[in-house]
Amino acid sequence: MADLTAGSLRSRPLVLRYPATLVFLACLALFTLGVTILSEGFGIGVISTSFVKTLGKTLCLCLVALAMDLVWGYCGILSLGHMAFFGLGGYAIGMWLMYERTRLIVVDSLAAAPLPPTPQEISDGIASQIFGVVGASEFPPIWAFAHSLPLQLAAVVLAPGLLALVFGWLAFRSRVTGVYLSILTQAMTLALALYLFQNDSGLRGNNGLSGLQNLPGLERVGQATVSLWFFWGSALALGLGYVLATWVVSGKFGSVLRGIRDDEARVRFLGYPVEAFKLFIFTLSAVIAGIAGALYYPQAGIINPAELAPIASIYLAVWVAIGGRGRLYGAVIGAAFVSLLSTWFTGGQAPDLWIGSYRVQWVNWWTVLLGLSFVAVTLFAPKGIGGLIDLLAERRRPDRHGKDLGPGEGALREEEADR
Amino acid sequence: MSALLEVSGVSVSFDGFKALNNLSFSIGKSELRAVIGPNGAGKTTFMDVVTGKTRPDEGRILWGEPPVSLLGKSESAIAVAGVGRKFQRPTVFEDQSVQDNLMMALSKPRTPFSVLTFKPASVDYARIKELAEVIGLSAELGRKSGELSHGQKQWLEIGMLLAQEPKLLLVDEPAAGMTTAEREKTTRILRDAARDRAVVVVEHDMDFVRKLDCKVTVLHEGSVLAEGSLDHVTGNKDVIEVYLGR
Repeated sequence: MADLTAGSLRSRPLVLRYPATLVFLACLALFTLGVTILSEGFGIGVISTSFVKTLGKTLCLCLVALAMDLVWGYCGILSLGHMAFFGLGGYAIGMWLMYERTRLIVVDSLAAAPLPPTPQEISDGIASQIFGVVGASEFPPIWAFAHSLPLQLAAVVLAPGLLALVFGWLAFRSRVTGVYLSILTQAMTLALALYLFQNDSGLRGNNGLSGLQNLPGLERVGQATVSLWFFWGSALALGLGYVLATWVVSGKFGSVLRGIRDDEARVRFLGYPVEAFKLFIFTLSAVIAGIAGALYYPQAGIINPAELAPIASIYLAVWVAIGGRGRLYGAVIGAAFVSLLSTWFTGGQAPDLWIGSYRVQWVNWWTVLLGLSFVAVTLFAPKGIGGLIDLLAERRRPDRHGKDLGPGEGALREEEADR
Repeated sequence: MSALLEVSGVSVSFDGFKALNNLSFSIGKSELRAVIGPNGAGKTTFMDVVTGKTRPDEGRILWGEPPVSLLGKSESAIAVAGVGRKFQRPTVFEDQSVQDNLMMALSKPRTPFSVLTFKPASVDYARIKELAEVIGLSAELGRKSGELSHGQKQWLEIGMLLAQEPKLLLVDEPAAGMTTAEREKTTRILRDAARDRAVVVVEHDMDFVRKLDCKVTVLHEGSVLAEGSLDHVTGNKDVIEVYLGR
């Protein structure tokens, strides 16, 4: 048999050890190139700008699905609150986008005044512009850093990271596992959404943050170009996230993660501090989700508390399950496939289906179909769409030795029959 | 000889049922010990208490030289201190290869960051090869451990324990479900292991205990009934009554 102990497997670079990663990166690069060529902004204009945005958003959803797969597929933590981290990332970048654009508008409008405006006047102008809709005219303390892009970018990582760290520390330390942990994460995202719905939360209540598609100072560039910038950014983030995730789940760390998923107590008796590992992966995946959100919402243009509703996180779990959890490309395929299909069905493009005299309108029936396919995948194909790749690669065939005794490839081998 | 592990006056009760009743037990640095007793005698609870899974209601558990208390330490901290445990049912990570299982068990830093940046060196592979030879799984290193036979899984788990380099090995019914040939091999592995560390074997099977040829502790209703050589304890009137007589 292959000499696995020689260390030869280890010395090669990561991407060569995991050919699937290389294939994935190549596909992503080709896809990015293809979309660019077909786009309105830089290419021949076959793909509309709004569809470029849809594709860019899909890449962000793939990234958050990847994060979900890290905690659920590899570590067995079924978090049903990951879209809270995604939303926090979106809010963090949205605050700067909204502040800066409003500031430019206010400065513009005050420039016509006979006296040059004082900083206080500008600040008041921005505040009343942004918060007029919730009946306030002052900046809440939470906006203290909104003027600074670097600080808000730091918040994209820190806000979800800190929330995950505190929440995870409390939950894992008390050894909350399984369905109880899932319920707790649902409660977390629900509580956050309800808080943000309040007008005095400081983030404009149910109006949320809007106009995020306009980059401050770059109004003249045009959405066709900006959409491609974000598309590239999303593709780059997904590629880097994929390599990072591959690195994390490869080697001994991945071994320990899968060990925790399969038998937590055993890992503990091996001497690994299970809680610390869970906390690490939970926080890392929250940070990745936050970055995905920060790239998603400028393409969506608007973020409001409904984005953090519990159902959003459940959808995320459904994507990963349908795509195939426990394998990174499975999560990506699932998110891309289901969310694009969902766009198609709910966009009214899917032709209606006549069953007898009843007309199935997919806009309403899509969620039913999605629910049924989730149940079907869970029952009949737990490996999801990713399992199809196994069929192609025949990876499931055990590494047996000796000659086979029967006619088929699955037949007993010499050594097994000897026992 | 000073004791490696000293358990004194430990009691545990679950809903009024006394699983351990003022149990005292001690074992030296390189000693093989068999613990026998009827079902419900408290053998598994004893292991749970030592490994930190169950907190005793009262009593002391001292470990090492100079002695430190193991009470209140987490399972992982106790494992790192040098207590290895093998469960009755073979618990290996079935989804992972034999090599990965052993690699995970190797005595290396256990914190998330050190594991993340861990790169196995050639000495680690050599050590895994060596362990695989001890447990007779050299040819199976690349296989998923879920594909192994029951006996092979038991050995793999013992191999993982040895890889942890524990000072004390707690082994729960290692010979359960094994063929005669497999039992002999298991006996050999355990006796070799006891040369430079303490090994406690919990076992039902008298023939297996006889082959281990070591001091025997008999548990009954949560405390020690008798202790000594196998012939000595099997000659004990109380022991015959509660255990062997059935």
